[in-house]
Amino acid sequence: MPDAARLARARAAAATVCDPEIPVLTLDDLGVIRRVAIAGDGEIEADITPTYSGCPAMAVMALDLQTALAAAGFPKARIRTVLSPAWTTDWMTAQGRAKLLAYGIAPPASRASRRVLFGDDDALACPRCGSDMTVKISEFGSTACKSLWRCKSCLEPFDAFKCI
Amino acid sequence: MEPPLFIYTLRLADTALVLGHRLSEWSGRGPTLEEDIALSNLGLDLIGQARLLYDYAGKIEGKGRDEDALAYWRDDRDYCNLLLVEQPNGDFATTMMRQLIYAAFAHPFHQALARSKDETLAGIGAKAEKEMAYHVRHAGEWVIRLGDGTGESHARAQAALDELVDYAGEMFEVDAIEHALIEVGIAPDPAQLRAAFDATLEHVLREATLRMPTHGRTQSGGRNGVHSEHLSRMLAEMQSLHRAHPGAVW
Repeated sequence: MPDAARLARARAAAATVCDPEIPVLTLDDLGVIRRVAIAGDGEIEADITPTYSGCPAMAVMALDLQTALAAAGFPKARIRTVLSPAWTTDWMTAQGRAKLLAYGIAPPASRASRRVLFGDDDALACPRCGSDMTVKISEFGSTACKSLWRCKSCLEPFDAFKCI
Repeated sequence: MEPPLFIYTLRLADTALVLGHRLSEWSGRGPTLEEDIALSNLGLDLIGQARLLYDYAGKIEGKGRDEDALAYWRDDRDYCNLLLVEQPNGDFATTMMRQLIYAAFAHPFHQALARSKDETLAGIGAKAEKEMAYHVRHAGEWVIRLGDGTGESHARAQAALDELVDYAGEMFEVDAIEHALIEVGIAPDPAQLRAAFDATLEHVLREATLRMPTHGRTQSGGRNGVHSEHLSRMLAEMQSLHRAHPGAVW
């Protein structure tokens, strides 16, 4: 198989891999796959970048990616972790944000936040009813990347993807 | 002698791991469900940072030691974390005060590390900076709530500050190893971070109606392996599985 076709096949396989914690998002939607390329020795090499330093899903993402590439005919593909430049929520695609919202998780605001001490957060719209009468319950939610909110209109709690 | 970059990276890794482990001791014991989750999340950030740093330290050293070998197979005297982070959790006010003092330093530190000439450390700093902003905010809000709360919570928060402030000075000490790396633009110069650290503490303590002690004592030695007995006890528990079952993996 020519290199261009192998690469297209590897990229298509990588594009199918989903986030284990938020299965509606692919790693591409999330912006975690930095690069899929053919290395000097002819093997496929995929670079991924961690979202949070301590995200326990990263190991699963790497394993799922390795498995998908093996199933596509690249058993010796290598997964490398790249730290620089660091991932921010700005890397998430517009399609990824739309999928999150439809899944019931408020997507991150469009620009990464720089707030440190106090000050107010921008109000988040409830992903269920669209109301902006919402209140943050905790900055730390079910996973490292999410905070916990409640809607005062429909009274439902919801997760919001943190903006980092 | 070991290369300065190895020692420096190991110090950062040990500090992050020890504080991360301390926070993990709260898992299942938080005062509310949300706070339990928050403390575990904060611990996870730090343990994640530690893993990246140990991985890099192992590569610099080039002797085949991975993150587990560095975390589980070194004795207390080989650990070079800051003394602040090994102090026991105590009551909730003590944990929050320790967290505030560390995060008020670590946030500007990682901002500066993100501009390091070492690309890996810069990548770790860029990520950790945003995580530490959450830590400053979380601890700052709690210290205000406790300090400006009831008589009991105020007294406990003040006692925590009086106890822990002795360990703040160590964060700003520079030895020959660190000096060499500051000179070449790899390590941030802690003297440059002092103003940001002081401003954060001053802001929070004022709102919390707490009084900064003026005795100006500094306890140090952690970076050279001279620790309080608390670290030995913590490591005994943390390392027990690996010591009992060498090579155990998940």
